[in-house]
Amino acid sequence: MSNVSPPVILQANHLVKTYTQRSGKFGFGTALVRALDNVSISLTEGKTLAVVGESGSGKSTLARCLLQLQPLDSGEVLFAGQDLARLEGAALRSVRKNLQMVFQDPFASLNPRMRVGEIVGEGLLIHQLGTASEQQQKVMAMLKRVGLTEADMQKYPHEFSGGQRQRVGIARALVLQPKVVVCDEPVSALDVSIQAQILLLLKELQAEMALSYVFISHDLRVVRHIADDIVVMHQGKVVEQGSVVDIYTQPQHEYTRHLLAAIPGKKSVSKKADNA
Amino acid sequence: MTIAIHSHQAAPLLQLLHVSISPKKAPTRLLVNDVSFSIAAGKTTCVVGESGSGKSLTALSVMGLLSKQLQLNSGKVLFNTPNSGVQDLCLLDEVSLQKIRGAKIAMIFQEPMTSLNPVLTVGYQIGESLTAHLGLKGEGLKAKIADLLEMVGILPSRANSYPDELSGGQRQRVMIAMSIACEPLLLIADEPTTALDVTVQAQILKLLDDLKTRMNMGMLFITHDFGVVADIADNVVVMFRGEIVESGTKEEVLGNPQHLYTKALLACVPDAEGIKQLKPIDYAWLNKGEAA
Repeated sequence: MSNVSPPVILQANHLVKTYTQRSGKFGFGTALVRALDNVSISLTEGKTLAVVGESGSGKSTLARCLLQLQPLDSGEVLFAGQDLARLEGAALRSVRKNLQMVFQDPFASLNPRMRVGEIVGEGLLIHQLGTASEQQQKVMAMLKRVGLTEADMQKYPHEFSGGQRQRVGIARALVLQPKVVVCDEPVSALDVSIQAQILLLLKELQAEMALSYVFISHDLRVVRHIADDIVVMHQGKVVEQGSVVDIYTQPQHEYTRHLLAAIPGKKSVSKKADNA
Repeated sequence: MTIAIHSHQAAPLLQLLHVSISPKKAPTRLLVNDVSFSIAAGKTTCVVGESGSGKSLTALSVMGLLSKQLQLNSGKVLFNTPNSGVQDLCLLDEVSLQKIRGAKIAMIFQEPMTSLNPVLTVGYQIGESLTAHLGLKGEGLKAKIADLLEMVGILPSRANSYPDELSGGQRQRVMIAMSIACEPLLLIADEPTTALDVTVQAQILKLLDDLKTRMNMGMLFITHDFGVVADIADNVVVMFRGEIVESGTKEEVLGNPQHLYTKALLACVPDAEGIKQLKPIDYAWLNKGEAA
C-alpha cells in the first residue's frame, strides 16, 4: 500500500469567483475583480495545506468558497464524492458538519450575548446530535481538551483573553468532530507566546482527531511550522504549489521568492539556529 | 531652524530614568515599573514584549501623551537637543511640549487608517506640522510636501489624494512622511508594520532604516516581532509585566539571552526554516524561576 498516494479528502477544481466593485467618479462605474481565477487545490487526508499570499490575493475568499459560505461563479468542490457547490439546503447542512472553520479574529467571531457553553454547543443543537445532556457532556469535554475549564461554560466571550477566545473558537469547530477544518489566519491576532500555544494545540488535535487542515496565513514562519503542503496565491491565481520543504528551499516562481525574501529576521534567525 | 547635523553627543539623545506609571485611582498598581534606558542619535532601540507589558505606555510617556486616567509616578525623561541642552520632558508644560512634539520628537502609530483624518488630503495633513512648527506656506510648503512624498516613495501628485484612496502601505508611508517632515531628532514608532503584509513590511522597515541613517535620527521602535527586531535594532529592551527584564545590544539579547523570560519568548518565535521546536511560555514555571 505504500506506493499508493494518500487519499485526497477535499478537492477544489477550477474555482472562479468575481466581485463587482464600484469605480470611477462617484462610483457610477463598475469594475470586476477576479478574487479567484481558476484556482485548484487538493487537501490530503490528515495533512495541513497552507494557503499563503498578501492581502487581496484571494486566500480568504478561497476559504469561504470551500465551505460554501459564499457562492462560487463556477468550479467544483469535491468532498466525499459530492460536489458541495451543487448542494443546497438540508443536504448542504448535513455535509457541513464535516467541514468547520476557525476564524481570524477571536473578538469578532464569537457572539457577545451567548455564553461559551451555548456557543460551543450550538452546532450540536443545529445538527441534533444526541440528547441535551449528551451535548452538555461533549461541550464540557471539548472545552477541557482545548485547555478551558467546566466553569468557563457559564462565562461570556468578553471575560476571556484573546488566546482563550481562540480556544473557544477551536472548540466550537471541533465539537462536531469534523473531517476538514479551514483555519483563516487563526493566530495572526495573537501574541507570539499565545501563538505558539495555539499552533501546538492545533497540531495535537490534528493527530488525535485525524483532522485535515486548510490553513490560511500571511506569516510564512508560522506556515513553515504547521503545513505539509503550500499553495501560494497572488491576485486570485495560484502561482505555485508543492510541499513545504520544496517551496522553502527551491521556490520556482518569482513571487514566491519575493515573499520568502521579505520574512523579517531571516538572516539572524538562521544564525541562531546554527549556534544552537 | 532646520537642524542638519545633530552634534551634541556627550549625553544620549533620550534617557529614561526610573520611569513608573500607574492608574491615578490605584497609585500602587504599577503598569510600568522603574524603567530606564537610553537612545543615541542614529541608533534604533527596540522595545519588545507581549501585549500588556507596558511597551506602548513607555513610548507615550516620552511624548507626554499618557491618558488622563494614568499618571507618571516617578522618573525622568531626559531629552538632549543641541539648542536647549538636556531637558526633563516630564517637567515641561503643555505649551513647551507642543513645540517639541512633531518638531523634535515624532511618532508613527500602528494603524495607518485610524491615525489619518479621512476628510483631509494627505498633502494637507503632511503640511500641518510644517506650517505649525516651521511657518511654511504657499509654494514653499507645496514643494516641501512633494519632497517628503518622494522621499518615502510616493508620487508627489498623490498629495491631493484622500487616505481611503491609498493602500495600507502607502498610508503608512504618508504617516512616515508626516513624522519626518520637521526632521525630528527622535522618531517613536509603535508597531508601525504590524498591520501590513510581509512584503510591504520589509519595504517600510528598509525605508525607516534608511531615513534613520540619512537624518541621524534616534529611533524608539516598539514591536512584538523578534524577526523585525533582528532586522532593524541596534539595541533591545525586553519588557515583561511593566518591568525591563533584559537589555543590551541586539547581538547580546538575541544571540545570548540571559533572562528566563527572554529565552522563553524567543522559544515561541517560529523560524523560517522550521527547525526549531516551538515552546509556549510556561508562566507558572517562569514565576517560580523568578522567585528562586
